[in-house]
Amino acid sequence: MYDFNYHRPKSLADAAKLLGGSEEAKLVAGGMTLIPTLKQRLARPSDLVDLGGIGELKGIRREGNALVIGAMTPHAEVASSPEVKKAIPALAALAEGIGDPQVRNQGTIGGSIANADPAADYPAAVVGLGATVITNKRKIAADDFFKGLFETALQAGEIVTAVSFPIPEKAAYAKFPNPASRYAIVGVLVAKTGGGARVAVTGAGPSVFRLKAAEEALAKSWSAAALGGLKVPQTGLNSDIHASAEYRAHLVGVMAKRAVQAAG
Amino acid sequence: MTAVTVSMTVNGKPVTATVEARTLLVQLLRESLLLTGTHVGCDTSQCGACVVDVDGRSLKSCTLLAVQAQGAQVTTIEGLAKDGKLHPMQEAFRENHGLQCGFCTPGMVMSALDLVKHNADPSEREVREWLEGNICRCTGYHNIVKSILAGAAAMRGK
Amino acid sequence: MPDTGIGARVLRKEDARFLTGRGNYTDDINRPNQTYAYILRSPHAHAKIKKLGIAKAAKAPGVVAVFTGADLASDKVNGLPCGWLVHNKDGTPMVEPSHPALVTDRVRHVGDQVAVVIAESRAQARDAAELIEVGYEELPAVVSIADALKPGAPLVWDQAAANTCYDWELGDKAANDAAFAKAAKVAKVDLVNNRLIPNAIEPRAAIGEYDATSGHYTLYTTSQNPHVIRLLMGAFVLGIPEHKLRVVAPDVGGGFGSKIYHYAEEAIVTWAARKVGRPIKWTAERSESFMSDCHGRDHVTHAELALDGNGKFLALKVLTKANLGAYLSTFAPCIPTYLYATLLAGNYATPTIYCSVRAVFTNTVPVDAYRGAGRPEATYVVERLVDEAARISGIDRAEIRRRNYIPRDKFPYQTPVALQYDIGDYHTTLDKVLKAGDYAGFEKRREEAKKRGRLRGLGIASYIEACGIAPSAVVGSLGARAGLYESAAVRVHPTGSVTVYTGSHSHGQGHETTFAQLVCSTLGVSLDNVDIVHGDTDKIPFGMGTYGSRSLAVGGSAMFNAMQKVIAKGKKIAAHLLEAAEADIEFANGEFRVAGTDKKKALAEVSLAAYVPHNYPAGLEPGLEEQAFYDPLNFTYPAGTYLSEVEIDPDTGALSVESFTAADDFGRIINPMIVEGQVHGGIAQGIGQALLEGCVYDGQGQLLTGSYLDYCMPRADNLPSFKVDTNVTACTHNPLGVKGCGEAGAIGAPACIMSAILDALRPLGVASLDMPATAEKIWRAVERAKTPKAA
Repeated sequence: MYDFNYHRPKSLADAAKLLGGSEEAKLVAGGMTLIPTLKQRLARPSDLVDLGGIGELKGIRREGNALVIGAMTPHAEVASSPEVKKAIPALAALAEGIGDPQVRNQGTIGGSIANADPAADYPAAVVGLGATVITNKRKIAADDFFKGLFETALQAGEIVTAVSFPIPEKAAYAKFPNPASRYAIVGVLVAKTGGGARVAVTGAGPSVFRLKAAEEALAKSWSAAALGGLKVPQTGLNSDIHASAEYRAHLVGVMAKRAVQAAG
Repeated sequence: MTAVTVSMTVNGKPVTATVEARTLLVQLLRESLLLTGTHVGCDTSQCGACVVDVDGRSLKSCTLLAVQAQGAQVTTIEGLAKDGKLHPMQEAFRENHGLQCGFCTPGMVMSALDLVKHNADPSEREVREWLEGNICRCTGYHNIVKSILAGAAAMRGK
Repeated sequence: MPDTGIGARVLRKEDARFLTGRGNYTDDINRPNQTYAYILRSPHAHAKIKKLGIAKAAKAPGVVAVFTGADLASDKVNGLPCGWLVHNKDGTPMVEPSHPALVTDRVRHVGDQVAVVIAESRAQARDAAELIEVGYEELPAVVSIADALKPGAPLVWDQAAANTCYDWELGDKAANDAAFAKAAKVAKVDLVNNRLIPNAIEPRAAIGEYDATSGHYTLYTTSQNPHVIRLLMGAFVLGIPEHKLRVVAPDVGGGFGSKIYHYAEEAIVTWAARKVGRPIKWTAERSESFMSDCHGRDHVTHAELALDGNGKFLALKVLTKANLGAYLSTFAPCIPTYLYATLLAGNYATPTIYCSVRAVFTNTVPVDAYRGAGRPEATYVVERLVDEAARISGIDRAEIRRRNYIPRDKFPYQTPVALQYDIGDYHTTLDKVLKAGDYAGFEKRREEAKKRGRLRGLGIASYIEACGIAPSAVVGSLGARAGLYESAAVRVHPTGSVTVYTGSHSHGQGHETTFAQLVCSTLGVSLDNVDIVHGDTDKIPFGMGTYGSRSLAVGGSAMFNAMQKVIAKGKKIAAHLLEAAEADIEFANGEFRVAGTDKKKALAEVSLAAYVPHNYPAGLEPGLEEQAFYDPLNFTYPAGTYLSEVEIDPDTGALSVESFTAADDFGRIINPMIVEGQVHGGIAQGIGQALLEGCVYDGQGQLLTGSYLDYCMPRADNLPSFKVDTNVTACTHNPLGVKGCGEAGAIGAPACIMSAILDALRPLGVASLDMPATAEKIWRAVERAKTPKAA
């Protein structure tokens, strides 16, 4: 790790100020990706702004027909929250499957989505459930948030404060994990909403994406059978030592069907 | 060098140390406090040899800056046995041959205790799934799983 | 004393310290005024070093010194030696290139050592290493065996034509060809034995220290064999007389072979400690382990088995190519030869066997012994062929094994590949495992799985291993540059407690317990009154360490013989004290007794007399301490048969191991609890090889599986609980009747799991699959089988 200055602000405003104070400043939430990255010397921030001391970023609350999860809420809390289990059990189950217990104890939803790892689980939930990402500056619709490989719509100085998930009629997440890292080789979140169906895929491409063909089929008929003819093109999908694009494309179809079955 | 002063409670004792900001909690424990029971087996946060308890949650001390644990209550493997008597989970590992080289063991025990906190009576499958973040190369996990089931039973008073 | 002696499930003495965080691993040790080393490693697989500038690094904060290969050369430091010489078919010696601790002009694999920075802290050493300026001129690299052998391939070593280290053979080729000519059927397989990375959870570490007043060096290191390191490093690399060099291997967090070898970092910190006048600690980060610990396996093999009309084996032919990496590690040349081809008889009475092995250099990390070392590769070849033989001859897989096993009345059995098996009973072991694993009930389980949409398969594999390594004269005649005996010193203290100093080394095997049980049984002392000391060359007699499942068979036998000397001397003392004839003294249960009387002296009384020899036999030396070196008469031959069942999800290729049943013959067992633990661990590594683990380099020699994010280690949720059982035939040639159990699981499990997978897929027409059998590979095999073959 390279040397850096460490800050632990008590308020969001202070955090924003510190973040703006240096071009090379970086936020650390749970640190589950950032700390290993720093250890490998793959990043060299001048300043590290730790969001761990800001109470207002933590917690889960119901707001009307939405579940709002503070950016600094650890995965374990989402996984075990009675509120989440009741409102969006798929989200609790997804959180329960992230990383390992220690990662879930420390890793946060805000950190995960801001990092936008193409194989992370949360992006599938954010996009699949049509969530809204709330920052210190604005609200960003899920479809506009993830921009590519480790890329989001977040601007310099912008800090994710919460994610608001509208409560679907039904939803489920099916994941085929990488046997080594346990990240998603393919993860598919399906949701039935008043407006139709949403299907979001993580792990398979450079960034989370919606599977429109599957959404249309499911809007017509919410059943695994409706996805019977689904052909997922492998163009643009990831290919690495763990899975070829062809295999990923195939898994997207299988996981989508399984998610629909699980959602009931 | 950017020095920071960190204070926390480790195994019930208050400690203060001045370290570089980039110091990991595991480095503080091993190098400043000479609590060498917490081990480092990888550099990508998978192996779990470094697991300790921070404020009641098991965490990987190789993936946490010491300064992030400012003010925390930290328990390491050295803090479990009381008055020379092994904690029931430690005892279960001993009785069930749940360790061989011993290197992953402290992390295994610390992780197991966090499981039992959430799930006092886990099934074999639940134990196996909980250990996703702890790698052992010696035991094939068979006796680790057996140990944790026995340790959990002992902690339930059975 | 049945509760703590031979055969008892004694809880481990070592656990108290490991469970409370009081283990003492190398990185736990801190020496006064110590500095830290960071090794700058090559990012390229193959390159010339055109420039190496250390000036900036040397001036960086906290830096004590920066050294390069030129500094080693000017101090006449030699390269790391290779401990085994293999000859080519034509009798010429193998190509044996140099292996510098720090390179001077050329790097040959990613991770090769280029320079060392010594600083006040680890972080400062690493900071400064980034300031070292290295001008590389990249050269084309060869990575795979196929690449290395392509005509016109780049050469790893100019002196090794076609990148070949040696081209070796064993067996009578003409007789083999003749037997194949008469075959009714021939089973054929083409196999890859996947390259593995050992991954002991404790990364390697070393601390070098030099005392200028005495000229003594001390090296603390993560080694399975401290005396071997002292010999290789002292005598061959650094030129330090052995009485001036102490090597300590304290608690070691797993080895699996990877900590046998003498590594560059050990020599660097020892040599540099004198240069800087301060202790130097080096600890590998895991990513360094991936690119600097020796790897294992990496074979490509074509093999054929000739059968008669009844499924009897007539002849076996095995043509193997083995990857040795960029340099010859300590034991590398013998692994794909003498620890591989000699095991190709397996458990079977195959009359003629021929094996040819071509070993190649590549721009990859050196390859050497990894748990099993040669024997898993041999077992995999033999057992895949036996399954194939069963298929083509329509014989049940258990039955064809039974039909071809060496019958129990044919021991000692001389195989056609040099070894003589002393004893075994493979038929009984097979019966045991078939029963324990409910072989008969499998088809029902397969049907039941089918209803759930799962493909279930049953795997079976037998294995044999040559352990208790090894008779020195035999290995010497085969090219070993060392003896493979073991030593022990047994010190009975004046009041009757015992300390044993063993040349074996425990890095998870529980020697402090098993060896103590042996002492309990032999000398009749209580477990609390025995301590086992290992791992420090200043304390223990010269010993060869622990690998090749040798500690109990060889080290334990040395200990037993030393105790017999203690007893013999004790009898003289007791005879004197009891005023009886020495010939009338019997020793049992810790007591010397005049035969047929109740006149007796306890061991503690005899030992007190030995150290306070007021009333003592004339001419007898005081003291009660004896030493023995034991050189085995033969290898030992643990053998067993494993059953496993797997289920496959045909939609994704995902696989689960549903059950694993082992029946092993390890000879006599001292501590069944510890033996079972060894089997469990071996099975897990074997399942890892079959399903999860595989080292992958890209075409340029970059390691793609360089962390646990990409190299898949078996985890608890990948494995079932195991059923283990034993069958006992006592080894005939060592005094304990023991054979060794450390490697068995890793030897038998890969073949067993692959047998199960192919059994599950065979109904679809899948005939072959390589390890690791990942979900995608299985899915592809299923898909291919579904696609109608083009006419």
